[in-house]
Amino acid sequence: MNVLLASLPFYPFVSFLLLIFFGKRLSWRLAATISVSSMAISALVSAILLFELSVTKNQVMTANLWHWFELSYAMGSSDVNVRFYLDGLSAVMISVVTGVGFLIHLFAAIYMKSDVNFSRFMAYMNLFIVAMLILVLADNLVLLYLGWEGVGLCSFLLIGFWYQEQSNVLAARKAFIVTRIGDTSMAIGLLLLFNSFGQLNIEAVTLLAEQANSLSAGTNAESADNIYWIALLLLGGAVGKSAQLPLQTWLPDAMAGPTPVSALIHAATMVTAGVYLIARMHGIFLLAPEVMNYVAWLGALTLLLAGIAALAQTDIKRVLAYSTMSQIGYMMLALGAGAWTAGVFHLMTHAFFKALLFLTAGAVIYALHHQQNLFKMGGLLKKLPFESSLFIIGLICLMALPGTSGFFSKEAIIAQLWSSDTAGPMLWWCAILGALLTSIYSCRLFFLGFLGKARFNENVQLKKSSLLRTSLIILALLSLFGGLIPLDLTLVFSSVMNLPLAQLTEPTWLHTVAIITPFIGMVFSWFYFKSYRISHLAGKEHILQPNNGRFVVFCRQGLGFDGLYKKLFIMPYQWLAQINKNDIFDQIIMLNAWYVGLWHDALVLVQNGSLRWYLAAFGLAIMLLLGVSLL
Amino acid sequence: MTSIPLFHVLILSSLLFVIGFIGVVARKNTLFMLMSLEVMLNAVGVAFIGAGSVWQQADGQVMFILILTLAAAEVAVGLALLIRMQKKYRSLDIDALNQMKG
Amino acid sequence: MLANFASIDSLFYLAGLVAVIASLKVVTGNNTVHALLYLVVSLLAVAVCFYLMGAPFAAGLEVIVYAGAILVLFVFAVLMFGLGADETANAPQNKNVANMFGAMFLAFALLIEIVIIINNADLQQNLQANVIDSKAVGIMLYGPYLLAVEIASFLLLAGLLAGYHYAKPDVTRGPL
Repeated sequence: MNVLLASLPFYPFVSFLLLIFFGKRLSWRLAATISVSSMAISALVSAILLFELSVTKNQVMTANLWHWFELSYAMGSSDVNVRFYLDGLSAVMISVVTGVGFLIHLFAAIYMKSDVNFSRFMAYMNLFIVAMLILVLADNLVLLYLGWEGVGLCSFLLIGFWYQEQSNVLAARKAFIVTRIGDTSMAIGLLLLFNSFGQLNIEAVTLLAEQANSLSAGTNAESADNIYWIALLLLGGAVGKSAQLPLQTWLPDAMAGPTPVSALIHAATMVTAGVYLIARMHGIFLLAPEVMNYVAWLGALTLLLAGIAALAQTDIKRVLAYSTMSQIGYMMLALGAGAWTAGVFHLMTHAFFKALLFLTAGAVIYALHHQQNLFKMGGLLKKLPFESSLFIIGLICLMALPGTSGFFSKEAIIAQLWSSDTAGPMLWWCAILGALLTSIYSCRLFFLGFLGKARFNENVQLKKSSLLRTSLIILALLSLFGGLIPLDLTLVFSSVMNLPLAQLTEPTWLHTVAIITPFIGMVFSWFYFKSYRISHLAGKEHILQPNNGRFVVFCRQGLGFDGLYKKLFIMPYQWLAQINKNDIFDQIIMLNAWYVGLWHDALVLVQNGSLRWYLAAFGLAIMLLLGVSLL
Repeated sequence: MTSIPLFHVLILSSLLFVIGFIGVVARKNTLFMLMSLEVMLNAVGVAFIGAGSVWQQADGQVMFILILTLAAAEVAVGLALLIRMQKKYRSLDIDALNQMKG
Repeated sequence: MLANFASIDSLFYLAGLVAVIASLKVVTGNNTVHALLYLVVSLLAVAVCFYLMGAPFAAGLEVIVYAGAILVLFVFAVLMFGLGADETANAPQNKNVANMFGAMFLAFALLIEIVIIINNADLQQNLQANVIDSKAVGIMLYGPYLLAVEIASFLLLAGLLAGYHYAKPDVTRGPL
């Protein structure tokens, strides 16, 4: 029992309670202090926990809070406890959640200062951190699911934070419904898992799965089939939360929320929950190599699709959203290929540089009076040198230039693809192509937004706050040097180590190609996007309007997935609803009412107020009664 | 001396009763309904007296007297209501009084 | 034959016949005053039947109270308040044959049933020749039926009050 571990989610929770109940009466200073300091304490506590974890060599810390309930089924029962479990993997997650979360809170407290509902915003952010911590610390899958739904709720609340605007509300609804599909799949997966293993405790399930793996001859076909389905359904949940194909459509729309939300939830933490889930349940996934293959392919396809879509965007936040999708695609690819550590490592570095990118983008958008259109920016390098330099740092990490954190993690992923059982050269090429696309859209974004001549007339407004700058600078430092953090997850993924490595000969040029790919993209962009760079190029002014060709618009709208889903699911559903407007089943029920009404009408006819009818009815009744007695 | 069978008395009674019943149900004039009601009451009286005579009991006549009081009270109230109705509706049509329909 | 006619029995049947015919005329009549007079005839005929059935007290009451008092009340009401509007003039018309026919059907069905029931009862008794005089009736009335008499008196009082209340001129405009 570790008190520090047990108390970790409670700091933001207390802050949430204070803000939600007394928010209206708190001044900005007090509300900001409460929420940010709670996050600071959380970050501090997780730092201490990380230190303890590395010192004790115990590698696992647990904290049993209370017994929640007992699950029983035909073959026995299993206790479900509110119990926190900290190992290497969850340690990475809590450090990202609390560390990056703290910096984003700091940023948000200043960024959202003028908002009327400031305390509500901070309360939701704190609640999100609570849910996310529960998710990553959960000892069993039930508690994990609680956190999983909690972050979904907070995501919904925060996307629709400015609920007076309809598009925001629609985006929130879309995000909620689409992730709900994944969550349903995950819930079914959990039930199936409980049915086959009789356990929902992550440790126990992993142990059972490892046993099954080592005795692979003993597992019969039926249980293998079961595990296949469990892995597939859990993958469904991960896909929904992490905005991968085919449930990726909600993430670009989710950018309707305030920018700190995009940074915290839709870039750094929540969307990586799917990655965390798969890494956490790696025992199950190792038993189903087909599903691992699917994971890899889904990741690769999302990576390419999002890269192409990012090339056509005009909105700076949507570029970053698609870039998030594609980077999570990398993580999925890594998980699918069995490169667990690399995937989690990329998760961490991505959290750093993507939070940095979003926050600087937020600062830029604020400076330009809420202008998000890239084609109306330009020349920001001169006007906002500080933000621009931070943005450059974020971009070079995203492009994975050598030396940055992104480089370490992405190269680690790409290096393991070629010779993996469940991946292979095909996916390796996909990853390289993705890296190329990443560098091209990053350059396009940079050229459009920061080089050339300014295409706006207003003066830039700046928030000169040292705290805000501090948070950005810390994130930038983490982005640059986060790759040097030693990440040792061998104990978590110990079962992986038993896998016999495929003895595939790797060509010697692999690493060279991987390293020079971003540079190829940069050189290509330097010439291809020349007009973006030099905006006064004679006769090329039209290029500085967004291209509205059919293919470009198609790409801008996420390669037509929204339209496809509209045709495939929404329209048939609406058609059915239209048919069933009068609710057929309700009509069947209403038949009773109609029948009663019929009798009512008939009896009303009898109650006609005419005395002679009543008398006749008397006579008839007497006649009938006598007749009956006679018969 | 007399040998009237009870059967015949009851037949007479039921004939009168049925005639009164026709009058009450079929007539629209409330005054005629009242008169038909008197006929029906009388028919019952005949049955009581006949039965009292057969079993040599005075109860039949007592019942008749009670019916008589009932008829007197009923006629008093009924005629008063008729007068009221005539004032209000200028008609004795019973079908005009159908406000109490369901 | 003549002896049969002369016998008291046949007198009963004759009175019964008169009562039935007069009642029919009451029910089917058009003229209110005529109908009332037929009703008097019917009541008198029934009084004769009572007398022949050995109930002279009831017969007397029938003549005095029914034909004498109640019917006079009718006649007064008809004459004084204009209730006697002729059926042929502005009184409600019975033009609806189906209406009449329904009532007739019901009545005949009822009659047949009652006759069958009386027949099935297999009543062999004949009426006794003995007279039940007013003394016996009086003893009964003020003996076992005292309560009924009291209730009847209340009924009459209620009738009196109700009759007064409803028939009085509507001048006060107060609640009814």
